[in-house]
Amino acid sequence: MSNKPNEQEEKVVSLEKNAASFEENYIDENILADSSSKVKEFIKKFMKRKTAVAAFIIMVFLLIIAIIGPSLAPYDPGAFDYDNILSGPSAKHWFGTDHFGQDIFSRILAGAPQTLGVALSSVIVGAALGTVLGLLAGYYGGWIEMLVMRGADVLFSFPDILLAIAIVALLGPGIINVFIAVAVFTVPSFARMMRSATLAVKSSLYVEVARSLGCKDGRILFIHIFPGTIQTLIVNFTMRIGSAIMAASSLSFLGFGADVTSPEWGAMLSQSRSYLNTAPHMVYFPALVIFITVLAFNLFGDGLRDTLDPKIK
Amino acid sequence: MGRYIARRLLETIPLLLVISIFVFMFIHLLPGDPARQMAGLEAPPEEVQAIREEYNLDKPLLEQYFIYMKGLLTGDMGRSLKVKIPVSELIASRFPFTLQLVFAGLLWGPVLGILIGVISAIKRGTWVDMLGMLIAICGLSAPGFVLGLVGIQVFSVKLGWFPTGGLDGIKSLFLPSIVMGTGIMATLARYSRSSMLEVLREDYVRTARAKGQKESIVMFRHAFKNSLIQVVTILGLQIGGLLSGSVITENIFSIPGMGRLLTDSISYRDYPAIQGLLMIFALEYVLINLIVDVLYGVINPKIRFD
Repeated sequence: MSNKPNEQEEKVVSLEKNAASFEENYIDENILADSSSKVKEFIKKFMKRKTAVAAFIIMVFLLIIAIIGPSLAPYDPGAFDYDNILSGPSAKHWFGTDHFGQDIFSRILAGAPQTLGVALSSVIVGAALGTVLGLLAGYYGGWIEMLVMRGADVLFSFPDILLAIAIVALLGPGIINVFIAVAVFTVPSFARMMRSATLAVKSSLYVEVARSLGCKDGRILFIHIFPGTIQTLIVNFTMRIGSAIMAASSLSFLGFGADVTSPEWGAMLSQSRSYLNTAPHMVYFPALVIFITVLAFNLFGDGLRDTLDPKIK
Repeated sequence: MGRYIARRLLETIPLLLVISIFVFMFIHLLPGDPARQMAGLEAPPEEVQAIREEYNLDKPLLEQYFIYMKGLLTGDMGRSLKVKIPVSELIASRFPFTLQLVFAGLLWGPVLGILIGVISAIKRGTWVDMLGMLIAICGLSAPGFVLGLVGIQVFSVKLGWFPTGGLDGIKSLFLPSIVMGTGIMATLARYSRSSMLEVLREDYVRTARAKGQKESIVMFRHAFKNSLIQVVTILGLQIGGLLSGSVITENIFSIPGMGRLLTDSISYRDYPAIQGLLMIFALEYVLINLIVDVLYGVINPKIRFD
């Protein structure tokens, strides 16, 4: 007897629903409630880590700034004020002004979407692609695994920033190309990590059961295996954002990213080099903002990793 | 041991071949005609044709690759478009500066990192541990160009203790070495702490304590030595990473090393130089990883027999 594919799928889904209702009727409700209290347990454990909580608050604040920051800027970030060139911090200009009289505080707010946006979006894209490749490599093995892992090996042969520079050399300078460069060097680390996580989960009993129930490979991969790897993915994703911010702003600093006149934080620091003697505030404020941003993401990533680690109380 | 080394060498050869293909294809991945890209958009057709012939761009791709590989094996990486000298000579003239920077970073970074990590592990949960890990995470979160610029501003401009750039004497090496070594210090501090904590949980450490061994002997003869196994691998990767760190450091401090040559070559679209540099950087990284793997096999006999 052969069923059409969608009839087979419906059969599997209905078997799963039956299994779920069996659990509800015959399993102690305390054990069922346990699974929903895992979130509460996670939050309780996370809240004990004061540094990570502080980092999380700063992170959320920065993300809000990235969204609404430009509209909060007290001055037009591109407006020249030749009466206030290179002036230090004051009540009028909290972070001082640059060599065109542009307000540095406004430029930092305006640059947040570029700096954070490029870093976040490139890690999202790199992580998504790396995750898919890693899942496929870990699940199917064989030539798929060989292709993905050898490709990752080649990309890993170049240190991160060098690979990013090589890609920018190929594509030309610009913020879009920085996004592509950072996404490309993010892919291999996620591919490797997700492949290892998939191999660990692949041999679990529940995956075997799903296979024996006749689930399609796609369903097994994304409904059964992928959730088991999410913990690893989330921790690495958060920690990767810090490196991405550093890489993107480094490329802009070197002149390969955002235009030098744009308020991207790395580009602002690049401009400040010529005014170290006369206007040190042009260095200090963008440097502090970049440092605090990367620190917040790194501390949050550390806290998340420790919270999710069952060996750590 | 010999078989382990031979096996690792054999595994490295295909990787180097694939890297050579990737680097070779670099020029061919450029949008449009590579010869036109190299000559410049305004260059006359004769100049474009001359470049096409000089760099064998008029030959079939496979033949170009074999010529490229033959050149690589004999040290011929073509001629720089900017300074018109062989790329290998150009890289060789810049290499000593980059090497000085790498050594400057290695002089203090790993030692301080491992020290911080081990002390943090021994004093786990105390303010010493928190301070150590705070130093480490701050070191990881400060990009090289931020450290460099702030360092120049404070120590060179304001205090006048060190020169703002160049590589002329020991004093001029101080700030660049801080930039080069901070990342490696921070990473090793974290890894050596977690490695030391793992080892301190092992049964043989508990046994040594139960036998009444002095704590200092337990820590340094048993725990510390074994915790170094993992740290060695990370150290190797970090040394490779120092090469990429040199790009930023050399640009900040105007040091005429390979990293600065790479950024200048990109600005000038000197593609033969870019190709040569990418190949050298990748080769160095792969060889360092190979040496680390072999060293790891020497330190950890279990690996050799896998």
